Amino acid sequence: MDTQYKLLKFNLNGRDVSCMTDVRLSLLDLLRDEFGLTSVKKGCEVGECGACTVLINGEAYDSCIYLAVWAEGKSVLTLEGLTGPDGELSDIQKAFAEETAVQCGFCTPGFILSAWELLSTGKEYSDDELRKLLSGHLCRCTGYENILRAVKKTMYERLGKDTGNINIT
Amino acid sequence: MISGERIAKTMYDIKEYYEAESVENAIALRLAHPAADIIAGGSDVLIQMREGKRAGHELISIFMLDELRGVSMDDDGAIRIGSLTSFSHITADPLIREHLAVLGEAADMVGGPQIRNIGTIGGNTCNGVTSAESSSTLHAYDAVIELAGPGGVRRLPIHDFYLGPGRVDIREGEIQTAVIIPRESWEDTEGYYYKYAMRNALDIATTGCSVNVRLTADKKNIDRLRIAYGVAAPVPVRAPHAEQAAQGSPVSMETVEKTAMSALEDISPRDSWRASKALRQHIAVELARRCTIEALRRCGADI
Repeated sequence: MDTQYKLLKFNLNGRDVSCMTDVRLSLLDLLRDEFGLTSVKKGCEVGECGACTVLINGEAYDSCIYLAVWAEGKSVLTLEGLTGPDGELSDIQKAFAEETAVQCGFCTPGFILSAWELLSTGKEYSDDELRKLLSGHLCRCTGYENILRAVKKTMYERLGKDTGNINIT
Repeated sequence: MISGERIAKTMYDIKEYYEAESVENAIALRLAHPAADIIAGGSDVLIQMREGKRAGHELISIFMLDELRGVSMDDDGAIRIGSLTSFSHITADPLIREHLAVLGEAADMVGGPQIRNIGTIGGNTCNGVTSAESSSTLHAYDAVIELAGPGGVRRLPIHDFYLGPGRVDIREGEIQTAVIIPRESWEDTEGYYYKYAMRNALDIATTGCSVNVRLTADKKNIDRLRIAYGVAAPVPVRAPHAEQAAQGSPVSMETVEKTAMSALEDISPRDSWRASKALRQHIAVELARRCTIEALRRCGADI
């Protein structure tokens, strides 16, 4: 075919951006190659591992199976958008570091964005509910325990609860 | 701008891409490009493209048609689910939670959270696969599929929509616009769905069973019981023998047993790498048992 391009305008990490994109591109490829946002990882490319997860209008999506052109008019958030202007880490990022929820780090950006979505509801979730809400992510290193602890810790902190016992049952 | 040559290997092999701007526009595109596949959320189409099955196909995208998103109640009390409504939005919808909770629960079992945000009920039903998470419940609720095409609007029962494995009754120029559950179907009725699968997430059902029940006013007898299975036959099926066994019967464990065992006459599961025929039959009966008990309890029955 003659290559089809579209002018795409959307909000990326708080900034309005626009670019020409090949209509065949996934949002994953656009974010990594056009915008240099390499926190968005390319894992399975079939929507199973969650490493490519981004928030679009506040909801988590696998960007590998989301066409770039569908981002038109929407608000996209990647891990780079959670870091403060002077490089300050958000609370969830700090918790991941404190709870040793990171080993190789490949699954981490995706996990953090899904955690960001669930934390934004302000609800208190049980351990089983947390497991289900984070079930769209695969981790080969940590065994998931510390990841759940980090999310639980941040959830408790935001709710003003004591974070003395965040053991997962 | 990223040029085609640089990352040609990782781009989707789409021959031509058309973005529908309205339902009318979608119909026009369908007529103009009859060989093109329809793409909604893309969680099936794009993966199949990646795997080669749909490589080199033209795509008509209906993803941007917000008018096909949302759940509402028609004047006659029917619940109307726009075909582009995502699974997560169905689960969260107040009308679904109040009147059709079992469908919201089934939708909440699809894949994982990200898939539930992108996957649509329209895409799920139009695939025509027996394993579609929403379809056993929709079959058990006598859902009606609404399509829009050059001839206007067409509606047909979901049982007739499924023609065979992977084939549905979508004609030239048509797109699915809504899934409708009539008032008589959901009123005074409670249901329960069980997805039997190897994993708790990111897995397809090995067998799925959806039961819904309406009791008599005194809650002592079954006024209506409907049961449907996914992955127990080439298409989602109802179990008429089981339904017959339950009709008018008293609320009791004997009735549950009779109903569950009768289901075996209605299903024809196959041996596959996921499970043997014998296992599927065993599961089918056990699921009928558990789902019937749970549906009865949800109706306020004492069992």
